[in-house]
Amino acid sequence: MPKPTRPREEFQTPAVGVVGSRTTRTALRAVALLYVGILVLVPVLLVVWRTFKPGLGSFFDAITDPLAVHAFRLTGEVAGISVVLDTVFGIGVALLLVRYRFPGKRLLSAFIDLPVSVSPIVVGLALVLVYGSSGWFGGTLDRAGLQVINATPSLVIATVFVSLPLVVRAVVPVLEQAGNEQEQAAASLGARAWTQLWRITLPTIREAVTYGVVLSLARCLGEYGAVLVVSGNIEGRTETATLRIDNLYEADLQTDAAYAITFVLVLVAVVAILVAAYVRRRQEASSAA
Amino acid sequence: MSIEAKGINKRFGSFVALEDVDLTVASGALTALLGPSGGGKSTLLRIIAGLEEPDTGTVLIDGADSTQLPPQRRNVGFVFQHYAAFKHLSVFRNVAFGLEIRKTPKAEIDRRVTELLELVHLEQFGDRLPSQLSGGQRQRMALARALAVEPKVLLLDEPFGALDAQVRKELRDWLRRLHDEVHVTTVFVTHDQEEAMEVADELVVINHGRIEQVGSPDDVYDRPANSFVMGFLGPVTQLGGHTVRPHDIEVLTQAVTGAIGAEVTRMQRIGFEVRAELRADDGGEPWVQLTRGQAESLGLDVGSRVWLRPAPHASVLTSR
Repeated sequence: MPKPTRPREEFQTPAVGVVGSRTTRTALRAVALLYVGILVLVPVLLVVWRTFKPGLGSFFDAITDPLAVHAFRLTGEVAGISVVLDTVFGIGVALLLVRYRFPGKRLLSAFIDLPVSVSPIVVGLALVLVYGSSGWFGGTLDRAGLQVINATPSLVIATVFVSLPLVVRAVVPVLEQAGNEQEQAAASLGARAWTQLWRITLPTIREAVTYGVVLSLARCLGEYGAVLVVSGNIEGRTETATLRIDNLYEADLQTDAAYAITFVLVLVAVVAILVAAYVRRRQEASSAA
Repeated sequence: MSIEAKGINKRFGSFVALEDVDLTVASGALTALLGPSGGGKSTLLRIIAGLEEPDTGTVLIDGADSTQLPPQRRNVGFVFQHYAAFKHLSVFRNVAFGLEIRKTPKAEIDRRVTELLELVHLEQFGDRLPSQLSGGQRQRMALARALAVEPKVLLLDEPFGALDAQVRKELRDWLRRLHDEVHVTTVFVTHDQEEAMEVADELVVINHGRIEQVGSPDDVYDRPANSFVMGFLGPVTQLGGHTVRPHDIEVLTQAVTGAIGAEVTRMQRIGFEVRAELRADDGGEPWVQLTRGQAESLGLDVGSRVWLRPAPHASVLTSR
């Protein structure tokens, strides 16, 4: 049964002073700042500095290079398709996990989290074993004229695999908290399953879905390991932005160009995280009410 | 529109929620399903609504077999204890929901919803979100929403259970008056016997998945079928091997044949009411409920010697 809605005051946490003394608080703050500073902020700022050290002209040259443009476009395509699939499957799986009881539910729930704990390289290799030309489906796919591995489909599959949990884990708690009384009420008012989903369930989880999708988008844009294995890393064909960075940096020794592309990815990620933070705040505001 | 449930059985795992339940609700009646928590009354209501499926048995609404019908085709209004307000929709849109999905013309929706919001005294609140309403207001909104689709029957599951005492009392009176205006067949679930007796035309007392007794509030109170019903509807005490209501005991200052002698051991005043605990000569420890005036005119105090007997009109059950 869902909790009765209570006045907001009851949810407020006790004043911070009750929890720890002033010195403890200052010390904890220092630790957090130190951590964020050394591990996140300084490296990111160095990337920015390094990117623009050769000058703006060289930066724009690097990101408008045909191969770079191709890499950006491929990353955008793969991320775009993956995010759509993440959204559809993520909502579906979350609904299945929260609203239905079936044998093997805990196992499914654990499997959903698998990509988070397994190294993306392993994911990539597993996909090659299944879809590669000597893999399980490889022969069938070849005869059907479909190339999965070393082509865009494998990039999408790998990316969805690693990013799906982000949507599922964002949506599940909100669904759990909301319960299904609103849907039952809608049913008693004459709403069929589709209407309930469209008019009640989706609006209820809208913020959570957006949050999960933004996170998964960031993940899709940044995916490297699984993509490296399944793509074949073919310049101008299956080379995504992250692969391009590594290729420029390691193989071609064009560090300036590598940093230029890196900067673009960082920028997109920062924007995504700001959007996610904004959405989360709105979500909290609406669920607290 | 009448409701009939026949031979309903329902288990949750090994827990028997309902056992061989037969229920008939007359068209236009206001019926309370009354019983302790976990007794099966909510399950019965949800089975009537189609939100739960019985293991065996049939549900007839307005004479038509509805057992296999999904909730959306039963034309039943359901009100939940925790309102089940559509949180993302305004009060107006909440009430309009059932009409909107029926593709009712907009002008008609506006007219109906405005009418209903007036009926539940929320006409000023149409633009608000449910989160901006108090509990009582939310429940009134939920009622308007259920009534909007002109249901054949209205089912309320502990509708006032989440509200504080004051609002609860207001809403009870209001529900009673609403029913007198709207006349829709209404069944509500409650564990509060006072609420049930105050609001309903008919009580159905349910315990341990079975119906213990059906009747008008007076009937059930005055002629309880068994000691459970008697005990659930009001306080009871033991006097000379009988179960009797503490306000149905005559307190006499002189010995009379058939009366049991007793000594007052404790007195407690609660507002206008006085409760006296006694030790009877037969070893029993009955208590009686008197008005303050009665207690004063009897000169009752701790240590007083009195004689007790059931009043002539009292409902008395012989204890096992």
